[in-house]
Amino acid sequence: MAKRVIPGFGLSLGFATFYTSLIVFIPLAALFAKGLSLGGADLWRVVSDPQALASYKLSFGAALAGALINLLFGGLVAWVLVRYAFPGKRIVDALVDLPFALPTAVAGIALTELYGRNGWFGAPLGELGLKVAYTPIGVTVALTFIGLPFVVRTVQPVLAGLDRELEEAAASLGADRWQTFRRVLFPALLPAALTGFALAFARAVGEYGSVVFISGNMPFRTEITPLLIYSKLEQYDYAAASALGMVMLLFSFVLLLLINGLQFWTVKRAGG
Amino acid sequence: MATLEINVSRVTERAVSEAPWLRRLLVGIALVFLLAFLLVPLFLVFREAFSQGARVYLAALSNPDARHAIKLTLTAAAVAVPLNVIFGLAAAWAISKFRFRGKQVMITLIDLPFAVSPVIAGLIYVLLFGSRGWLGPWLENNGLHIIYAVPGIVLATVFVTFPFVARELIPVMQEQGVTHEEAALTLGAGGWQTFWRVTLPSVKWGLLYGVILCNARAMGEFGAVSVVSGHIRGKTNTLPLHVEILYNEYEFAAAFACASLLALLAVATLIAKSALEYKHQRDRERSLRAAARQEEP
Repeated sequence: MAKRVIPGFGLSLGFATFYTSLIVFIPLAALFAKGLSLGGADLWRVVSDPQALASYKLSFGAALAGALINLLFGGLVAWVLVRYAFPGKRIVDALVDLPFALPTAVAGIALTELYGRNGWFGAPLGELGLKVAYTPIGVTVALTFIGLPFVVRTVQPVLAGLDRELEEAAASLGADRWQTFRRVLFPALLPAALTGFALAFARAVGEYGSVVFISGNMPFRTEITPLLIYSKLEQYDYAAASALGMVMLLFSFVLLLLINGLQFWTVKRAGG
Repeated sequence: MATLEINVSRVTERAVSEAPWLRRLLVGIALVFLLAFLLVPLFLVFREAFSQGARVYLAALSNPDARHAIKLTLTAAAVAVPLNVIFGLAAAWAISKFRFRGKQVMITLIDLPFAVSPVIAGLIYVLLFGSRGWLGPWLENNGLHIIYAVPGIVLATVFVTFPFVARELIPVMQEQGVTHEEAALTLGAGGWQTFWRVTLPSVKWGLLYGVILCNARAMGEFGAVSVVSGHIRGKTNTLPLHVEILYNEYEFAAAFACASLLALLAVATLIAKSALEYKHQRDRERSLRAAARQEEP
């Protein structure tokens, strides 16, 4: 066998594998071991407990709602940033990443103040009869904030890379603007938009810091699953915490697979 | 003839773009959305921080607990970021320069911490090192403390920032391939020399980008750190945890004063990130132009 020209294979792979095992793999395996140590019946009792079910409903429901809002508005923001010129565009573009950069606790207290009873947004909304802070709507607001950059950042490069000639061809063949959008642009952008949607959803499901302040944390009403895990942990019920953690992790794995599939689709679309 | 051409171009122009009123409307909606969801909350942090004047603001920041929290946050980032840089470089080197089995598994594992809830990130270390965890009794017998102590905070921070540098470096290094390194090696350079002189300079912007994002997350992490910290004032509180305690004690001005430091970090991160993106784009265009010039006879 020919000797490898580039050195450092053993060292780099060895170190990377060791570090990944230590930081990620072994601790996550410990979670599964602890959760499964409950045994089938108890495991099922813990993960299908009414309080747990209520928390899944809120976590997944609010995350889904937030991701849908981001799909719509994120797509619009990406479109506006790529296609139109307006003053302050570069600042707006940079600002989109704020939820990635702003610590979640800071976002949490800021949103709680903003949407609270006397807040800038909370007061007028309250007069309209809409309570946001300490309700599932507040949870949705926080999860929308946290997932905002994903759709913008997945759609933006694909849209920028699209050949304008496609649209010109569609137009010269008699399509109006709306038809061109629906038939030419929309299918080209769909895989990227769905990838962004899934990423925003995955991030929102596990989110903790920005939600705990605005949610009020009432069991059965505004308690998200990560918070339920946290309270099990505080009661030293490690096994129940691990079991609920397993449910969330399994869900994340499925989403991760889906996202990989979507990215593959995006690349294929762009290439062919 | 001329009028006809103008008409045609106007028709195509209309067909491939939107009417001015629609453009303005779309830009307007997008800006209002971003204003309400991003700019107003950011502005509110600074506004609330100074709501009781500069003296209260400065007092909140010079409070001994706040100063200790700042120090701990800096410490956690100072350990987590370099560790993840070394890991990122090693992983990207192995993945981009060699073929081996299980590469895809490795890439998926690297991505995993992004998909894991911060609370679970903390939980896994409690299971291993907590007083009722697997290694807990042994650690206690030997007088070692990880959970509810600084090492736990560092570990949780390392976990949540684990993918940042590797994720930035892998695509950059994959795109560059191995030709430059092979050239350097055949000209007699050693392995480390090649790494320092050839590979590292060519990925420096990607690396810096990863470091900036990694650092922002390391200093701002809340959920994972909260689980392992135990919230011991003046001992295991990071700045985000200190913000939480102040807020829950209704010390709003002080909470937002500390939060404003973290918000400033976020703004600085965004500025550095944009500057890097701009610089990277300019470098790329320049090298493309240079390549085009070389191809000319």
